[in-house]
Amino acid sequence: MLIVLSAHFLVAILAPFLFTRWGRATFYVLAAVPAASFIWLLTQYDAVYSPAAISPSVDIPWIPVLDTNLSFRMDELSWMMSLLVLGVGALVLAYCARYFKTDDAGLGGFGAQLLAFAGVMFGLVTADNLILLFVFWELTTVLSYLLIGYARTRIAARRAALQALMVTTFGGLAMLVGLIMVGESAGTYRISAVLAKAPELVAATGTPGTVLNIGIALILVGAVTKSALVPFHFWLPGAMAAPTPVSAYLHAAAMVKAGIYLIARLAPGFSGTEYWQLLITVLGLATMLVGGWRALRQHDLKLILAYGTVSQLGFLTVVVGLGSKEAAMAGMAMVLAHGLFKAALFLVVGIIDHQSGTRDIRELSGVFRSAPLLGVVALIGAASMAGLPPLAGFVAKESVFAAFEANARYGPAGTGIGVLVLAVMVLGSILTFAYSARFMWGGFAKKSKGMATAFKPVGALFLGAPALLSLLTVAYGLFPKAVETWIAPYSAQFPAYDHEAMHLALWHGFSLPLLLSAVVVAGGLGLFVARKRFEKLQAKLPPVIDFERGYRQSILGLDLVSIWVTGRTQRGSLFFYLAVILSTAIASVGAVLIITEQHWSDRIYFLDPGSPFQIVAGVAIVVGALAAARANRRFMAVLMVSVTGYGVALIFALQGAPDLALTQMLVETIILVAFVLAMRSLPPGLQERTAGNHKILRIILGVTFGAVMVVVAIVAMGSRIATPISLELPKMAYEGGGGLNVVNVTLVDIRAWDTFGEISVLAIAATGVASLIFVRGRGQRLARAETVPTGSIGRVAEAGSAQSTTAELAKRFTSAPGNAWLVAGRTLAPERRSIIIEVVTRLVFHSIIVLSIYLLLAGHNGTGGGFAGGLVAGLALTIRYLAGGRFELAEATRISAGTLLGVGLAAAALTGIAPLFFGGEIFQSAILTFDLPVFGHVKFVTSTVFDIGVYLVVVGLVVDVLRSLGSEIDQHEEDGIGGITLIEDDEPLEVGR
Amino acid sequence: MSINMTLLLVMGVLYAIGIYLLLERSLTRVLLGLMLLANATNILLLTTGGYAGLAPIFNKNIPATEFNDPLPQAFILTSIVISFAVTAFMLSLIYRSWLLSHADVIQDDREDLRVAKQDLYDVEEDSEIAIEISDFHENDQPLESREMIPEVTLKKSTTTPSAHPPAPKDLS
Repeated sequence: MLIVLSAHFLVAILAPFLFTRWGRATFYVLAAVPAASFIWLLTQYDAVYSPAAISPSVDIPWIPVLDTNLSFRMDELSWMMSLLVLGVGALVLAYCARYFKTDDAGLGGFGAQLLAFAGVMFGLVTADNLILLFVFWELTTVLSYLLIGYARTRIAARRAALQALMVTTFGGLAMLVGLIMVGESAGTYRISAVLAKAPELVAATGTPGTVLNIGIALILVGAVTKSALVPFHFWLPGAMAAPTPVSAYLHAAAMVKAGIYLIARLAPGFSGTEYWQLLITVLGLATMLVGGWRALRQHDLKLILAYGTVSQLGFLTVVVGLGSKEAAMAGMAMVLAHGLFKAALFLVVGIIDHQSGTRDIRELSGVFRSAPLLGVVALIGAASMAGLPPLAGFVAKESVFAAFEANARYGPAGTGIGVLVLAVMVLGSILTFAYSARFMWGGFAKKSKGMATAFKPVGALFLGAPALLSLLTVAYGLFPKAVETWIAPYSAQFPAYDHEAMHLALWHGFSLPLLLSAVVVAGGLGLFVARKRFEKLQAKLPPVIDFERGYRQSILGLDLVSIWVTGRTQRGSLFFYLAVILSTAIASVGAVLIITEQHWSDRIYFLDPGSPFQIVAGVAIVVGALAAARANRRFMAVLMVSVTGYGVALIFALQGAPDLALTQMLVETIILVAFVLAMRSLPPGLQERTAGNHKILRIILGVTFGAVMVVVAIVAMGSRIATPISLELPKMAYEGGGGLNVVNVTLVDIRAWDTFGEISVLAIAATGVASLIFVRGRGQRLARAETVPTGSIGRVAEAGSAQSTTAELAKRFTSAPGNAWLVAGRTLAPERRSIIIEVVTRLVFHSIIVLSIYLLLAGHNGTGGGFAGGLVAGLALTIRYLAGGRFELAEATRISAGTLLGVGLAAAALTGIAPLFFGGEIFQSAILTFDLPVFGHVKFVTSTVFDIGVYLVVVGLVVDVLRSLGSEIDQHEEDGIGGITLIEDDEPLEVGR
Repeated sequence: MSINMTLLLVMGVLYAIGIYLLLERSLTRVLLGLMLLANATNILLLTTGGYAGLAPIFNKNIPATEFNDPLPQAFILTSIVISFAVTAFMLSLIYRSWLLSHADVIQDDREDLRVAKQDLYDVEEDSEIAIEISDFHENDQPLESREMIPEVTLKKSTTTPSAHPPAPKDLS
């Protein structure tokens, strides 16, 4: 079974490639898959039907925790459905090879979808797990959406596809809920086990009983939508926008039968549940009448068949769902007969459309004479549909009448209802006869007016598929015994209403069913003869409720609601979103604080005996923050925020955290430089854009948020009762991590995963910075200094002006040979240079770099580490840039930022993975001791390599910031982009280079 | 445990002003607000370490309780560097926004506004189209009395059917 299933999907995946090679002939290759599976299925007959053996099954765990497994089981019902699915599937695929043209657009995808659909249907009818069944169920929905919408350029096809998708997905969701309810009440999701438990489940009363009843009803909603029953019937005629072979397959043999299959599958166990009979009988009979009634109004051959299918589906539902032995036999007989004749008729319509270019019965005339063979094939199909002997349809319909006669006589619903049901069925069958006749007359007869329709001759291969199906219809009608043996084991699961066993046969003797059949033929003929008058009557009657219109109205209503909701919640204003988020945070946390009882700590102090001066730093921070909020000059605000940053650094230092203090100082300094660099082209003023409106609200939000955070902190800390684990950290750091600096060892060893994640974020942010400024690339191709003429960068003074005299003076100093303090200092315009800064930079740069390396290496045992070291090195590069301009920076960093980031991440990742090769765990560190000539005894901890990675990433980040916010914005300024030309909004992001 | 109210008050002020700035329209102020929020959070983490203590450099002779708690310190160190990266990123955003629109203010999202104002009527779903009677494109003689699927409107007054293009009469 798995091989059959996977063969369908594998070939489907390959199909598009095959189509490019062989064109439409590929359909024969595709058809071979279900055909071969069909033969395999026939060989399985003995295994399935031998009374002793249990049904063949496959069981592969998938999500065992949720009792969702890849379970498949081939019992008699599955076998019969598979016959239909695979057999008709193979014929339709073969038929496609003549229906389509090789140059039809998207044929490869279409073939793949159709074949996959056959596979999915096979999976659906063999699935033995409720959830697996649902998965296949939804797959048929998705594939049918794609297949119906095959003609992507036609609005009708797209609309119909979407409609089918919406309706069946709606049902599918209801069904999922139902499946879970049933699965949970049964305690298993295995379908065979659920059915085995059914009597016990149905007998349950109280809540479990209600759950089961509702669950089954919800599953029926899924079946009703899929099988296009009233009130969801409208999607099926709409789906006729699909290519005709798809209609033949989906709407005759496969998809719509999924609903019937589900009813047939559950009927043995659950036909006695509370809402079952009501839903099935009322909806089924209503559908039968509505479908037949509307079929008689159609002019499109395909729509006649489509409404006919709707009608037949209603009929099938009632029969299959009744739950008696006779009805089960009759129902399955009807399902098979219907699959045969309806598929054949659809394929005939496809041929007519293909050869004449229309399906409209008002345009078609004299087709029978042009294509007599086709006419015979169609006639067999239509006669079978109408229920004429000696065909399959007749045998099946007779048995249905017999089964419902038994139901009326002996059924639990009583004689009155039983007779009513039977009467409606006869009425529906009369309509069926009439539209069958309408189909034959409309498609083939020579109408009084007009000439015979031009009709190309039909090829044998084209006609082959429907002809074979019609042949089977005749064979079935002549030898119904074979079919009876197929169905018998399935129907034996039901109680027999009649004491006499019912058989499938052409001749039952003179009985009520035969009489009813005669009534049907007479009534149908009468309706057909009086068709003109009947059409007038139909036109006069006001249309019954138009469910399609209702569907479209409700979709429109949904649109209305969603636009309304979207328009009111997604207002595109960041302020609005943030205000909502913050208010929610304040309200929810505040409510919990107020409602629940809190442990208030009684040890609250204002003056820390260990660091009394932190109050001073605290005051500075508060003052800085307030000033930042009030500042209306850009750089003033930035400076004030820096004040708070430095203040926090001071607090760190006083609290006993030198690492933090050092890092915070360095970061504040570099950020300050970055701010100045990035904002030099922006105007100095900061207008109060939202003054007035929201100011009060902002203050309220800010103050309450701050207050809530204070209370949260007090409550959280007051609730602490356990000893902090950090008391163990110093020992762990020394013994496990081999380092004295606990914070550093925590970062590179104890919580190395955390740090690894962090440096990844740094690399991403650095890349983001570079991409936002450079748009493309990272600017690695920055020219070397020797390509730039001396004194050319950043020139402001024009020759001859007053300024230029000073410039000339400066030039003489700075361009003197042998004065190269900096490699690229000469590239700057003289008025931009400062000899003091250049000299100082020359003197301190290397010392700072050495310091940074010292911090990196010493960090394991003393203050420092990769972060601090990397930031110090970044600071050194910042100084180089400030002193010598962007070419100086280029000379100082010949390695690109991207390489630095990559190597850094790689080094860190390597220290993570390497221990695995020595039998350790990820990020486990090893302590190596050895003697070196100069350094003497050396103790080396492998996590130092990780720290080097961190160092490189931080340097890479700083280099990216300097190159982007520094060098590249310099370039923009010189090119006259930043701050001078206004770039229109709609222009593509092509700025800078 | 004991709670350092001074630090918590400083934290509260930083949060308050940070939120106040965050709700601004000026991108620069938003960034400054974010930086204040980061500082506030760092102080919050620091207070969980308790009293000031010695720098956590291991020494056999010093009991672990003498150190300032090293765990929050490790968190704060991570946080400082991450906020640096975020700040740098925001700075480039501000610069790019300045280049593109010459403003460093957060504008309302036009697409969102467009969605809020959009018409209910969807041509794809709601217009009137002809029923097709063939899969094949060769059929271009439309029947005079070609049936149509009617269009759907919820309320005549709320929609503007005239705004949509006329339904295609011939779909071949």
